Amino acid sequence: MFMIEKALVGGRRYWGWALGLFVVVAAGLYCYSRQLSYGLGITGMSRNVTWGLYIGQFTFLVGVAASAVMVVLPYYLHNHKEFARMAILGEFLAISAVSMCVLFIFVDMGQPARVLNVLLYPTPHSMMFWDMVSLGGYLVLNAVIALVTLSAERKGVAPPGWIRPVILLSIPWAISIHTVTAFLYSGLPGRSFWLTAILAPRFLASAFASGPALLILLCILLRKLTGYDVGSSAISTLAVIVTYAMVINAFFVLMELFTSFYSQIPSSIEHFQILYTGIPGGALLLLVLGRISLAFMAVALLLLLIPKFRRNERMLVVACVVTFVSLWIDKGVCLVVGGFMPSPLGAITRYVPTLPEIMISVAVWALGALMITVFYKIALTVREGGRTLAVGHGTTPLPLAK
Amino acid sequence: MKMTRKRFLEIGGVSLIAVAAKKVVGALGNEATARSSAPATRWAMVIDSAKCHKKDGCTDCISACNKTHNVPVIKDSLHEVKWIWKEPFENVFPSQNNPYIEVALQNKPVMVFCNHCDSPPCVRVCPTQATWKREDGIVMMDWHRCIGCRYCVAACPYGSRSFNWFDPRPYITTLNADFPTRTKGVVEKCNFCEERLALGQPPACVAACPEKALVFGNLAVPRSEVRQLLQSRYTIRRRPELGTEPNLFYSV
Repeated sequence: MFMIEKALVGGRRYWGWALGLFVVVAAGLYCYSRQLSYGLGITGMSRNVTWGLYIGQFTFLVGVAASAVMVVLPYYLHNHKEFARMAILGEFLAISAVSMCVLFIFVDMGQPARVLNVLLYPTPHSMMFWDMVSLGGYLVLNAVIALVTLSAERKGVAPPGWIRPVILLSIPWAISIHTVTAFLYSGLPGRSFWLTAILAPRFLASAFASGPALLILLCILLRKLTGYDVGSSAISTLAVIVTYAMVINAFFVLMELFTSFYSQIPSSIEHFQILYTGIPGGALLLLVLGRISLAFMAVALLLLLIPKFRRNERMLVVACVVTFVSLWIDKGVCLVVGGFMPSPLGAITRYVPTLPEIMISVAVWALGALMITVFYKIALTVREGGRTLAVGHGTTPLPLAK
Repeated sequence: MKMTRKRFLEIGGVSLIAVAAKKVVGALGNEATARSSAPATRWAMVIDSAKCHKKDGCTDCISACNKTHNVPVIKDSLHEVKWIWKEPFENVFPSQNNPYIEVALQNKPVMVFCNHCDSPPCVRVCPTQATWKREDGIVMMDWHRCIGCRYCVAACPYGSRSFNWFDPRPYITTLNADFPTRTKGVVEKCNFCEERLALGQPPACVAACPEKALVFGNLAVPRSEVRQLLQSRYTIRRRPELGTEPNLFYSV
């Protein structure tokens, strides 16, 4: 069923890794059981900073999920064959990322048992309703696409024709999930940090840098561990995509900084001061993280923009790690927490995630890593089998474009 | 007609979509009708700061509210639950502040609570309609439907909403058996004493104020005390530029 049997065969290293992830997930489950019985007071969140690490991870991971479109679009829409061996990896990364998103929302609920009230009382004027619709739809789309294309490949036949419109639909849908996620924030009248029309474009730009950066790292890791090679031209093309996205993201950040610092409107400027320049009584953790994020962004741009560095795989790995970390800090922590400082009544409240909160977050990531491991294992097993069967050496997938 | 499995699934799927669509259309329709007709009642409050400051350090309205609504008294400011409380003037009206502001206003405590906005952002964002606006303007909260996502807390531009970070019951000083207590993981706030209004009584804070600094009434009635006050005095509202149309008016 669903080729899951292929994930149950593996060597020592495979099982050791899976077991390690299971242990992390178990530890997270224990912490979650404590959160469930005590309440969200177990986290570092508070009256003034009511969203923290969980919602930050959710926001960041929606971007990773959406970024699969950077592989799917060139491959399926433009028949860009370089991505033939990479497309399925991107789709499975998207499925895992959306699953993590759902889990991060779930662990953030004060009354998780009532979460289905969102379906019982559908509320079109709430952006959270649309976020649920778009994320759920995206998960289904990607699951169907990955399953259908992969099982066709296993049988050595071309995928059915009806899957092409589904794949094409997944392209604007990917854009929609991150746009709606930005709308969660940018439509709130009292939160000036988020109340900016550039939030959705900035979300997309940072997503199209961080997601593909992660995919490059995963592809290189996969080649090291299993010998499955997506091809150097696929990686270098994706590196160019990361570069463009990172440049656009940096441009958008500068737009924000100019508008705030030049207009000098307090409600607009104060969040950026807390993050980057520091103010008396400001949050130190946020200032440190904000500055690290900016510095990493600069380093990433340097490494990506200079072709000599970008084409050197070692340097590319560094560039991708720096890109990913910079954007993870920016979106996974600073964006959410920074929006709550100062509070509507002018208070700056310290936020430091607690150990259980961190453990729960790490466990959700571990579960995502486990999903990626299993999915990639299935995909690779199917491909290695396919190599000796019907399809010619190395060029396993069957492009759908005419 | 023979019912094949495919046909059965098709009919089932279409029915599900139809049920969902009806719900969506219904929800959209409700919002549209709620806005159109002019209400016969629109509850509001006028807060007279000069009177409020007569008795230094007075907390009668706060204690009355806490007692009436089983509001927990949590000392830890990070996890406080507050319905009505005091904030310095500068924080409540940052745009009205200046370096040479009248001494009478400097650092003066101002009573703050839910503004029961005409266009409440909290109601707009709530994914389950656990918070909604009544026809008389009171922004209500259903503690049994709330999923604890805290989107309303992020949306409220006044910081008037509190989340229960843990079980609030051990922190209730004197239990009022006539009013529900809350559980951990839900949001709560001032309800304009809708349970007292239903009995024809004024809000608890209004009744408790020794200086009669809080005046409650119906904006839809031109002869009401609140309307008379608003016509004769200069009043301000919190962050009017956001378009939320608060129903708390401050005479400073």
